[in-house]
Amino acid sequence: MQALPFQPDQASSIARSVDHLYYFLTLITLFFTVLIFSIIFYFMIKYRRRSPNERPKAIEGNVPLEVLWTAIPTMIVAVIFVWSASLYFQNAEPPQGSMEIFVTGKQWMWKAEHPEGQREINELHVPLGRPVKLTMTSEDVIHDFFVPAFRVKKDVLPGRYTSMWFEATKLGTFHLFCAQYCGAYHAGMIGSVIVMEPDDYERWLEGSEQGVTMEAAGEKLFSENGCGNCHVSDGKGQGPSLLGVYGNPVHLSNGQTLNADDVYIRESIVSPTAKIVAGYKPVMPSFQGQLSEEQIMDLVAYVRSLGKQAGKQQEEGKK
Amino acid sequence: MSTATLEPRVKAPRNYLNAEYGWKSWLFTLDHKRIALLYMISITVFFIIGGTFAALMRIQLVEPQGALVQPETYNKLFTLHGVVMIFFFLIPSIPAVLGNFLVPLMVGARDLAFPKLNLLSWYIYIVGGIFTLYAAIAGGVDTGWTFYTPYSSTYSNTQVTAVAVGVFITGFSSILTGLNFIVTIHKMRAPGLTWFRLPLFIWAMYATSLIMILGTPVLAITVFLLALEHLFHVGIFSPALGGDPLLFQHLFWFYSHPAVYIMILPAMGVVSEIIACFSRKRIFGYKIVCFSSVAIAVLGFLVWGHHMFVTGQSVYAGLIFSLLSFLVAIPSAIKVFNWTSTLYKGSISYEAPMLYALGFIGLFTMGGLTGLFLASLATDVHLNGTYFIVAHFHYIMVGGAVMGYLGGMHFWWPKISGRKYPNGWAALAAVIIFVGFNLTFFPQFIMGYLGMPRRYAFYPSEFQVLNVMSTAGASILGVGYLIPLIYFIWSMRYGPVAESNPWGATGLEWQTPSPPPTENFAEIPVVTQEAYAYSAEEAEGHV
Repeated sequence: MQALPFQPDQASSIARSVDHLYYFLTLITLFFTVLIFSIIFYFMIKYRRRSPNERPKAIEGNVPLEVLWTAIPTMIVAVIFVWSASLYFQNAEPPQGSMEIFVTGKQWMWKAEHPEGQREINELHVPLGRPVKLTMTSEDVIHDFFVPAFRVKKDVLPGRYTSMWFEATKLGTFHLFCAQYCGAYHAGMIGSVIVMEPDDYERWLEGSEQGVTMEAAGEKLFSENGCGNCHVSDGKGQGPSLLGVYGNPVHLSNGQTLNADDVYIRESIVSPTAKIVAGYKPVMPSFQGQLSEEQIMDLVAYVRSLGKQAGKQQEEGKK
Repeated sequence: MSTATLEPRVKAPRNYLNAEYGWKSWLFTLDHKRIALLYMISITVFFIIGGTFAALMRIQLVEPQGALVQPETYNKLFTLHGVVMIFFFLIPSIPAVLGNFLVPLMVGARDLAFPKLNLLSWYIYIVGGIFTLYAAIAGGVDTGWTFYTPYSSTYSNTQVTAVAVGVFITGFSSILTGLNFIVTIHKMRAPGLTWFRLPLFIWAMYATSLIMILGTPVLAITVFLLALEHLFHVGIFSPALGGDPLLFQHLFWFYSHPAVYIMILPAMGVVSEIIACFSRKRIFGYKIVCFSSVAIAVLGFLVWGHHMFVTGQSVYAGLIFSLLSFLVAIPSAIKVFNWTSTLYKGSISYEAPMLYALGFIGLFTMGGLTGLFLASLATDVHLNGTYFIVAHFHYIMVGGAVMGYLGGMHFWWPKISGRKYPNGWAALAAVIIFVGFNLTFFPQFIMGYLGMPRRYAFYPSEFQVLNVMSTAGASILGVGYLIPLIYFIWSMRYGPVAESNPWGATGLEWQTPSPPPTENFAEIPVVTQEAYAYSAEEAEGHV
């Protein structure tokens, strides 16, 4: 048995601000609990029955009091609501320039893949002081990526991407828990997040078995699966060109426009007929079940790199 | 078994208990009071089963690596604990036992509007219960009481379908009970019993019945779809079959959050009756307490998304659900303030029911306030899925609903059985339960804040101290629950005979003998006063 800690480690940029709200809520809870208990005990003693035939006077109620104790809790919850919602909003989107790591959950392990191709299981190495965005999906059931020391948590769903971010502010090894019940060994789906000095992290990246980068792996899959037969780069194939698609608006055949992000690219691979690009026919077969989630993430990384390349080319062209 | 023990030794006047004898007179009875007793015995059996599962879980968690069973078994324990306690104990507890017994008596009627439907609802409940117990014996179920997809629909190879069918069937029992109450309260009130003369227990039953009727069908549809996907692989929830994994959670919580109010509103009604009686005061701000019940019932349908803040639902949806969840806290706060103010300048006595009611207020206050941590977006992200959630809802469900049920049982036991229980033991049990409860569940708040996820069969060793504390508390709580079970059974045979109104309470149920005759009232009473006419002038005018 270990000694009882007072609070979990505060190891991320948001941990302290979440804790402040937590302390405030604890104070409110303590205050009202003590208030109600004291009033009850006071009344219990002061107004205890002194003779069996005692008949107190009836009190109808008191409108000003009712208004008061409706208004005060309303104001308090309004403060909590605004405080917590603004904190939540601030933390909803990752900062620009976050480094990206891909996470796949499966019964009962966590797999992470760094953009340069390093893979790890039930461990996640991250550099100190740099925002990290996780793009996550599950190969089977719903899991949940929870790092108590960072005060972050997000469900990891099959069939779609969710994302979250954190910036570690403390060196060390922290618990990674699955917080959504996922079957027999749910309790064993735990790992650690290892926060390292940026230099150490670079060294770790170099030292670990690299394989190929996600982009390169995606490019290989792209040609192996014959994607390039239709998605030719001049746009004259059966499918739209993928150059410059990522991160830019896409016009759909139903008249809508959306921004091409990870979620859209993934959906276009597993259920291609869900959203058809204007001017093209719904002829692409689904790759659902033929590619693992990790392979799909590689493909998404490749499509993303095509978007960036095209962006650069355009910028250079303008110059 | 019940007929023998309930038979009075002295020759008692004719009442609903001695009107007829033999098993047929119970299993084919149309008397709401006898049906209430059928429910009472059944839910007590389920409470003991569910409590046994909880005890095994607490023993398992004494050691970080798990002291008792394999993880697969532990998962089945917490699933069955939840399913049994929620669907087969808490939801029927106060409505089906006390509500069945009291609604006709309190409104001055001879029975519920549809006595046959009432008996049918008990049989439906029993059939649902048998399915669930069958599932427990035939291998169990390991999905958690929330049955989240796609784990439940396509991955779990336990008895998901049997339990889903059990819950589906039992739902109809709730719907029929709710329907019966609504019609009875609308159409069968005694002359002079206007809406604002109704006891608050009736208002609470009315609000609860609304939720039962409007919410339960959605649960039925949801578990039906779940069974469909589990059995025939129809793609509804599983993405591998083309379904949406979060759709299940929306449907499930659309019922299951209001279901929390099915469990707590009746307890609030019970507590209102007890506080008024033992402080000899009208409930402070009676009308506001009435309306707050209805407000809770309505708002309760609009907050389901607060269970899903971390599922990746849109931040704007999260914002609205957070706001609505805060709003639903306000009527609850108003109720607490009004109960507390009822004590002011009252004449307070401390019989056992009052101790349970005061315990309820304290624990419900803590349960409600810790709900703010979870309605609040930024803190919910950290606390969701941890033991903080477990602690919070046990404060509401056990500290609230079970304390309310026990308070009600102690209050109306003389009316139900015609006997008195030993007050000293009852007061001791109330104190033991209050203390044991806090020792069990308070450490879980800290555990959750420190990050221990719920539904873990084994855990990192740093959480052991708190887990051992919680298990120690649970053993005290268990003793606390055993004591009333013993003296209630004892009192049925050996308790002193109760007079018709032992507490000096107002309310029509106290104006008829204990236990009441089968037809409830020799003559239908005429009501000339408000519900809580405890003051001197009113009390004189009353007789």
